[in-house]
Amino acid sequence: MHIAVFTRSTPDTQAVVTVSASGAVTWGDAALIVNPWDEYALEEAIVQAKAANGKTTALAVGADMHNEALKHALAMGIDAAIRIDDPALTHADGLAYAAAAAAAVRKLGDVDLVMFGRESIDVGTDQHVYQTARRLGWTMLSHVSKIIAIDAAAKTIKIERLLEQGKQTVTAALPVVISVTKEINEPRYPTFMGIRKAAKAQIPVWTLADIGAALPASGARVIGFKNLPAREVKLELIEGTPEEMAEKLLDRLIEEKVL
Amino acid sequence: MSAIYIWIETENGAAAAASWEALGAGKLLADACDVPLTAVIFGANAAALAADAGANGAAKAIICEDATLSAYRLEPYAALLTRLVQDGAPRAVIAAATQRGRELIAACAADTDMPMLPEALSLSVDGDAITAERAAYSGKVLSDVSAAAATVFITVRPRAFKPNTPQSGAAAEVTMVSPALSEDQIAVKIEAFEPAVGTVNLSDAAIIVSGGRGMANNPKAPPADAADPAVWKAQDGFANVLTPLAEALGAAVGASRAAVDAGYISYAHQVGQTGKTVAPDLYIACGISGAIQHQAGMRSSKVIVAINKDAEAPIFKMARFGLVGDLYQIVPALTAAARKRFNK
Repeated sequence: MHIAVFTRSTPDTQAVVTVSASGAVTWGDAALIVNPWDEYALEEAIVQAKAANGKTTALAVGADMHNEALKHALAMGIDAAIRIDDPALTHADGLAYAAAAAAAVRKLGDVDLVMFGRESIDVGTDQHVYQTARRLGWTMLSHVSKIIAIDAAAKTIKIERLLEQGKQTVTAALPVVISVTKEINEPRYPTFMGIRKAAKAQIPVWTLADIGAALPASGARVIGFKNLPAREVKLELIEGTPEEMAEKLLDRLIEEKVL
Repeated sequence: MSAIYIWIETENGAAAAASWEALGAGKLLADACDVPLTAVIFGANAAALAADAGANGAAKAIICEDATLSAYRLEPYAALLTRLVQDGAPRAVIAAATQRGRELIAACAADTDMPMLPEALSLSVDGDAITAERAAYSGKVLSDVSAAAATVFITVRPRAFKPNTPQSGAAAEVTMVSPALSEDQIAVKIEAFEPAVGTVNLSDAAIIVSGGRGMANNPKAPPADAADPAVWKAQDGFANVLTPLAEALGAAVGASRAAVDAGYISYAHQVGQTGKTVAPDLYIACGISGAIQHQAGMRSSKVIVAINKDAEAPIFKMARFGLVGDLYQIVPALTAAARKRFNK
């Protein structure tokens, strides 16, 4: 069994992200990390491939900053890493990402299972996950909290999904695309040996021509970024005994029409 | 003729509250483009919900009550919505940005090769283009994203748009359609379902009472056999101090990442960059310092109340009302006062 898992680099969750005067998004000297949700997907890919005596490939779509995430994947124990990059992907929206991602999976050839973290914290969406599944024409199973069984011979998968409405158990036929939630596992830390090996790895780059991907004609376009409007709040301290504070606060919240 | 389509999400024959907000967002676009607003409703009770959609501003409704659509599954829902879009060529298709709405809208955008504006906070129309303001970098900055195409697919962040004012007597013109897939064409089979108990539903909540690291300062003595006294104290505080306040105010219970990571409460309650993004009318932060990643998830709250021992905590910089003191004294007093006033 061959499992492909997608990842990307994002600024650290503690980073202060702002828009500069020139309109560029900056996060100062904050470190790049692997998108936090992807760690669960990488861990699950390693665990499932080991159980099925299969192999794993980590893929990233985008510029060389995403090598950070791919090296983290290799250091965790993913077998191979590939980056898909092309000038045409510079302003890629979710559907352009999906076109490239699906073409890369097809080029790998023998993939039965594609994994994603539930969303990317930088672009702040999970659109590309579902669109990759549709571009492949494969079944999409989102928010997977447990893989109950994979039958590689019968080509079936049984999983548990954590939905807003409750917990759902479903079966489907492979190949499938899944996105995983943090309940699925406890991601491992890369080992010292793993980090050393990953540091030396040369990560191959596939262009759109290499994978035969055609981007959609009309995409969504980011016009610009802007800083959040300042919260125009004047702090009002409420003082007294706890009982006095409680009464005063309720009075003020009713006046502000939020109670 | 063109239209604005709104997918009304249902569960057991009831519409999701956020879908009426999507209908509100749709009305803005329908008026701007001068096209009818059409509700698209699949599954059991669709006909009755079409009447509700009419009262909530939909001029038309397209419904399908086929058994294959009774429980939501992506395959049959996407196949039918895609067919309806191909037949009706709507100017835009909108759904609430719930788990299901995000996946369904993205899938149909891919199937029809049309652009998508995900999780819009506001929308505007300028000629051929529709522009959405949305959060990026988990709410640390905003971006404007624009699309000009025959059909633009949109999801709207819960609580970002207001529902239309219901008009009694307003009715939608209903069209019934047949499903696109039969059961034997659907690969996914639902084997079991366990409904969530005590649903958190932070995204829809008008009021959220949230706890952080300070929850561990519970003065109550843990039992001798408690594995970790600090964790026991905090868990007890969430269950017996914070939850009663939430109940008295009709609020949902939230938590900071620090509280979730320490095992004080389950992840479903986490507000912030790697948890839920919320925008309630009232957010009461108890024992939360206000780390940048927590702020990213709650700064759109209309009124923030901070209750914290540390007067220097960053949370006070975003708060409208600040109460400096021990949450274990202030919160019970607040619960008692709220119960007395609201008779709960």
